[in-house]
Amino acid sequence: MPTRKTFIRELITNRILFIMLLPTIVFFLINSYVPMVGIYYAFTRFDFNTSLFNSQFVWFDNFEFLWKSGILTKLTLNTLGYNLAFILFGNILAIISAVLLSELKLKWFKKLAQSIMFLPYFISFVILSVIVYNLFGYENGFLNTFLKSFGLEPVDVYNTPWLWVILVVVFYIWKNLGYSMIIYLAAITGISEEYYEAAKIDGANIFQRTWYVTIPMLKTTFIVLLLFALGSIMKGQFDLFYQLIGNNGVLYNATDILDTYVYRSLKVTFDIGMASSAGLYQSLFGFVLVMTVNSIIRKVNEDYALF
Amino acid sequence: MKIKEDKYTGLFHTIAFAVIILAAAACLFPFLLVISASFTQNESIVKDGFHLIPKVFSLEGYRLVFRFPEHILRAYGVTAYTTIVGTLLGLLFITMAGYVLQRRDFKYRNGFSFFIYFTTLFGGGLVPWYILLTKHLQLTDTYTVLIFPGLMTPFLIILMKNFVRSAVPEEIIESAKIDGANDFKIYYRIVLQLSMPGIATVGLFLALAYWNDWFLSSLFINDQDMYQLQFYLYNVINTIQFVNQLGAGTGISLGGDIPTESTKMAMAIIATGPIVFLYPFVQRYFVKGLTIGAVKG
Repeated sequence: MPTRKTFIRELITNRILFIMLLPTIVFFLINSYVPMVGIYYAFTRFDFNTSLFNSQFVWFDNFEFLWKSGILTKLTLNTLGYNLAFILFGNILAIISAVLLSELKLKWFKKLAQSIMFLPYFISFVILSVIVYNLFGYENGFLNTFLKSFGLEPVDVYNTPWLWVILVVVFYIWKNLGYSMIIYLAAITGISEEYYEAAKIDGANIFQRTWYVTIPMLKTTFIVLLLFALGSIMKGQFDLFYQLIGNNGVLYNATDILDTYVYRSLKVTFDIGMASSAGLYQSLFGFVLVMTVNSIIRKVNEDYALF
Repeated sequence: MKIKEDKYTGLFHTIAFAVIILAAAACLFPFLLVISASFTQNESIVKDGFHLIPKVFSLEGYRLVFRFPEHILRAYGVTAYTTIVGTLLGLLFITMAGYVLQRRDFKYRNGFSFFIYFTTLFGGGLVPWYILLTKHLQLTDTYTVLIFPGLMTPFLIILMKNFVRSAVPEEIIESAKIDGANDFKIYYRIVLQLSMPGIATVGLFLALAYWNDWFLSSLFINDQDMYQLQFYLYNVINTIQFVNQLGAGTGISLGGDIPTESTKMAMAIIATGPIVFLYPFVQRYFVKGLTIGAVKG
């Protein structure tokens, strides 16, 4: 076989490169590829005491339950909805702040503002949950202290599901704005000064220059980030949801996503079969989604395709 | 014409200033609130709520945290250890992989790149991975399980690959090869030297992920002495809340003598710790590394 021969020859000539890549290959084998065998669990009534293939095989029972109880639909809609909101609002606000920041002339102010806005990216989600509690706790949270000082009724935020639809998105943006802003700032720095000079000669004021030069030039960066985010649209932000909502059942309808459901099934209710079914569904759905989006993009503009 | 232009520019700058100041204030405000609360007397918090400036200044929160310091110091130790070992090991593996995968004379680079990238598209899910690590590899309550899963991500490898490609000219590698340097020597003599911003960026991502991790402890650690710092904090907060709720239900105030609120806030400040102080120093590299590695990708 010629292919095997070339492979062996390549292995010998580039043996050092292969050895250097080896840890990475082993890592992804253990961490990602071997667990794929465990997809089998999704079709069993799992028993922790027996081995993988001795668990009772129940075909699609787990999926049927998830589907009929309406859990799957709810989780899918929540997961997709939140992720779309994150992508949309996150990018729009990042673009606005990057454009505004880049126009400022005071160097020290620019640097300081950028550093402060990047700060939330560095804290853990456990700290974020402390912050949210500090702001919205019923008894002595900042919001209610503020409301009470004006003689207004306190709000029971932790028992009001619809508020969290907004809060989760707000805190996602709070935490990630500085990070995405840096990427857009870099793209703005890369725009040639000539475009602005030409626009100035044509009599465009600063608003028009921003709208007709800067914003269109950010299109590529936006699309790249968008596609990257679409790739993980079925996953995502487990930390954020779990630390903000935790095991607060009152809020599940509005805030449960696939990741939190899988984690709870595994660690809280110990329903391994259900957890693996929901996990497999998440993987497959995400896979199909990315493939579809990518093939559409390929047809529209091949340069933007992910692969 | 000139006057009109100035008017627009002035207006734009005013808007920009106002919006950026507002945004920065919104980013900073919650931190100030937590810092203030950590220095407030607990009784004052319970009576008057959280304020931006402490109504009654007190160090009791910090004092309580450090009255029994063994646990928090141990959690600090676990996190420091996993962060340092994980970041260094991860950096070694990721820089090697990034270097190999951008070598044009490495025939299977596209195949291996896809092997890595595919894991972002499809996976077995949380449960099979959990069972593999706990049941088959027996990693419960080990440092390995706190370090291994975070060593690398496809994103970081791609970032590093792009960075090496743009920071190390092909000709340098070629001429080093002609001079008789082997592939590993090229890596640690040339590639590592030229890729500092990329290494700093990837290193910061790794260190941040290890420092802020609580998830691995929650899944794999039963031994309280091996909790990572963030999970220890998470646990303390929930225990305090539990004690409070228990007290509220029975009418007996169990948490009454413990300054629960200020302790929680003091813990949060202590757990945020060094990573925030580290970041102004690496921020410069971070911006540069991210720009080259991510945008040009």
